[in-house]
Amino acid sequence: MSTTTRRSNGPRTPQGKAAKFFDDRLNLAGPMRKQLNKVFPDHWTFMMGEIALYSFIVLLLTGTYLTFFFDPSSAETVYHGRYLPMQGIPMSRAYASTLNISFDVRGGLIIRQIHHWAALMFVGAMLIHMFRVFFTGAFRKPRELNWLIGLTLIVLGIIEGFAGYTLPDDLLSGTGLRIADAIMLSIPVIGTWVSFLVFGGTFPGDVIIERFYIAHVLLIPAILAALIGAHLALIVRQKHTEFPAPGRSEHTVSGERVFPTYAAKAGGFFFIVAAVLAALGGLAQINPVWLFGPYNPAQVSSGSQPDWYMMFLDGSTRLFPSWEVRLWGHTLAPLFWPTVVLPTILLTLAIGYPFLEAKMTRDTLPHNMLQRPRDVPVRTALGVMALTFYLVLFLSGGNDIIAKAFDISLNAMTWGGRILLLILPPLFYIVTYRICLGLQRHDREVLEHGVETGIVKVLPTGEFIEVHQPLGPVDAHGHGRLAYAGTQVPKRMNQLGAGTPLRHVRGFFYPVKEKPEIQAALDELEALEVDQHDVQHQLTD
Amino acid sequence: MTHVHDGLDDDSSTGKGEFVQDDIDIDVDGELGFEPAVSVTGAEPSGRPAGRSRTAPAASKPGSRRVLRRRLGAGAVLIGALVSMGGTYAAFASSSAPDTSNSAGDIAAGRQLYQTSCITCHGANLQGVKDRAPSLLGVGGASVYFQVSTGRMPAAGQGADQKRKTAKFDEQQVKQLAAYIQSIGGGPQLPVGDLRAGDIAKGGDLFRLNCASCHGTTFQGAPLSAGKVAPGLNRATDEQFYAAMLSGPESMPIFSDHQLTPLQKREIINYVQTLKASKDPGGNGIDRIGPVSEALVFFIAGVGAVMAAILWIGAKAE
Ligand code: HEC
Ligand code: HEC
Ligand code: HEM
Repeated sequence: MSTTTRRSNGPRTPQGKAAKFFDDRLNLAGPMRKQLNKVFPDHWTFMMGEIALYSFIVLLLTGTYLTFFFDPSSAETVYHGRYLPMQGIPMSRAYASTLNISFDVRGGLIIRQIHHWAALMFVGAMLIHMFRVFFTGAFRKPRELNWLIGLTLIVLGIIEGFAGYTLPDDLLSGTGLRIADAIMLSIPVIGTWVSFLVFGGTFPGDVIIERFYIAHVLLIPAILAALIGAHLALIVRQKHTEFPAPGRSEHTVSGERVFPTYAAKAGGFFFIVAAVLAALGGLAQINPVWLFGPYNPAQVSSGSQPDWYMMFLDGSTRLFPSWEVRLWGHTLAPLFWPTVVLPTILLTLAIGYPFLEAKMTRDTLPHNMLQRPRDVPVRTALGVMALTFYLVLFLSGGNDIIAKAFDISLNAMTWGGRILLLILPPLFYIVTYRICLGLQRHDREVLEHGVETGIVKVLPTGEFIEVHQPLGPVDAHGHGRLAYAGTQVPKRMNQLGAGTPLRHVRGFFYPVKEKPEIQAALDELEALEVDQHDVQHQLTD
Repeated sequence: MTHVHDGLDDDSSTGKGEFVQDDIDIDVDGELGFEPAVSVTGAEPSGRPAGRSRTAPAASKPGSRRVLRRRLGAGAVLIGALVSMGGTYAAFASSSAPDTSNSAGDIAAGRQLYQTSCITCHGANLQGVKDRAPSLLGVGGASVYFQVSTGRMPAAGQGADQKRKTAKFDEQQVKQLAAYIQSIGGGPQLPVGDLRAGDIAKGGDLFRLNCASCHGTTFQGAPLSAGKVAPGLNRATDEQFYAAMLSGPESMPIFSDHQLTPLQKREIINYVQTLKASKDPGGNGIDRIGPVSEALVFFIAGVGAVMAAILWIGAKAE
């Protein structure tokens, strides 16, 4: 065999050879190229789901490290580790091994803390991502399935977080677990059975740590991973949505290729998210279980709070009046309404919303273009209303701390919360609705009269007028003829041209300039495009 | 996973109940600067030999503590050592007998102070004045010490919830007031000597059992019902702790010596004060408030940072 044939026939580098080995057997190159050439649109709001994804990866990595040292056992032991204020205290092995991770295992404490911060971030990013999907109408047909998967992910994420928070078996999480038990018991008819089933007997029993451990490190993460996979596969299959802009349509997607641009960006972003979580884990102490003490049913601490994603349930419990309702001979515990009924209603509303909206608007078409929140005032106002409702509950979850910090009486906080919970959401509905209409009107106004230039002229008659820069061709009265197309309308002079991708100012702190020769070519191209646009608009008008 | 249980199961010489005081690292220099004096993790604070007697820091505690907590002589150290051998509670209890040696001079000076600052509300014979203030007969020197040294008395105005303020009287005057009121009505009194002793860990357990329901496991306090507040314990001194337990101010229960023995009271104080001085091993303790302050940090610093990042990446996009 001559060298020339070798060279022309195949790769010479080891990586190349390996790639060829697999390609020859699995025929990968074609399909891979197709996937890697897919484009993913760019908008800062499209990265919120990614934050959740990367937090999940960080959770898997740190969590795996913790499993090496954590001892998921409720069996009693007496502590003799390095943390002196717990010397000789009887406690579960779970708690003792958590102290060990914190004080004796190399890097144990920072990994524990990163894991906990990442859990907060995971749920938080999902929630923020959900609101972005909601407010832009990304949940509409054909993406309702992904909306449902997303909701399942949030619920599972919260349960996963609660299970993990319980594992150290400290006084704080034990108090939370007792409340969870009370919530189960409050369910009519089956409550006792549910509690028995979960705890393997009466609370606290001696199997709950073992059970939560399996759920936390195996069961729920596996389901989460599978659902995230399905979620992403659906995005690939259905393509990502985009905001309307010149040159975009319902039938195309624009953006960066998956490889290399998008992959590089996403890879970089992973490290940013991981860095933020690591910084939090190293700088800010979270869940210092050694201060709380081991769980002991005889002890309780004031100011016991759950992690933030459970706080809204704590809040609803604090705000709900303690009515005991008697139905068919059963007394319903007051806890039942705010902790079982309320979240069920909220979840049902979220599940049903895409279908409800489609029905109400008689909209059966598929949509690949996003909507600006102002253009759908009712939905936006409903979303803000839900968000306000949630926030009042959330803040009420910490109302004792707020009461103490600002020296307000706790009773006043509770009553204030109740009143705000009823008044604020409808109020914010109206305000948001009005703001949306105002923004819409302003968009139309700018399209008709042009952008305010800030230049004021005195007419010979003595009248003052402000000079407006029209955005496009004008009619005989000087009124713009551009129709609103669901895209951002420039409102200031330095935003002119923001709609045309090429003229967009790049750079965060200062504009990024291209090399002179490239810039010249770009300018030329752009001039050409602008001309074409004008021609197009004149044709369509 | 045997390496996991390092030190958990092996029968170390420090069995339950026989706490060896040598286990505690105490700052002998007593300078409570920014570096914590006490290392709760047992790690050696910079080059200091471990295993000093608990009584050492009393010698150099600044300010108010110096006055009341007299330096214990060799005899007290011996008592301390006996306790640490275990089971010598009785010997200890005798050392916690109240200081009844209130001098006539103190009482006279206290009477003077009482008549200028307290008499309008509490009456000429300590009997109290209707709708103004309760009787002080039988409340004891401990209660006076607590109320006056924390600045709660003289009260700023009427009302159930007297807050901690800057004290109006110095340590000497507080003692004189206490001596005067004690001499007339009697009642529980602060013991002399070191108010920290015994097993820190047991103190922690007792604290969680008796005090955490109001003051919280991390001593941050919490609002109680009807506008009352269990204060955070960060500013309270050893004496104020002991006095609070003896006198049960406001809605706090009285912890008599039957409920918590003098040794147990000292263990609680030992635990709380040691933890207050300890550094947070996990970084900034964010006031040790717990999930609420963690949520605040999470939303401001964590979510803030990733949002800034996506805006930055988004701005780079074309
Ligand atoms: C403006 C009126 C007022 C003045 C002046 C005042 N007190 Fe009081 N004192 C009160 C009230 C009211 C209470 C009850 C407070 C409570 O329930 O928390 C009280 C409670 C006390 C108690 C606690 C009694 C108990 O049951 O344990 C002590 C001790 C006390 N005062 C000492 C003093 C001393 C010593 C002074 C002078 C330095 C003083 N007070 C000045 C109004 C006053
Ligand atoms: C039922 C709730 C309750 C319990 C239990 C309780 N306290 Fe208190 N504690 C209070 C209240 C209320 C005050 C404030 C009294 C006042 O303002 O006059 C207080 C005040 C104090 C103070 C004074 C703080 C300051 O800065 O002035 C100390 C110290 C203290 N308590 C220690 C303890 C210890 C130690 C225990 C356990 C042995 C305990 N408390 C148990 C409610 C409680
Ligand atoms: C494990 C948590 C989650 C991860 C890792 C995740 C990840 C992602 C990613 C990376 C995208 C593409 C980029 C983007 O639009 O942000 C996406 C899109 C989407 N997600 Fe999620 N997500 C999660 C949870 C949720 C939740 C809770 C919902 C809604 C309840 C949801 C609904 C959607 C929808 C409808 C899309 C398509 C959006 C579009 O095409 O415009 N996801 N998700």
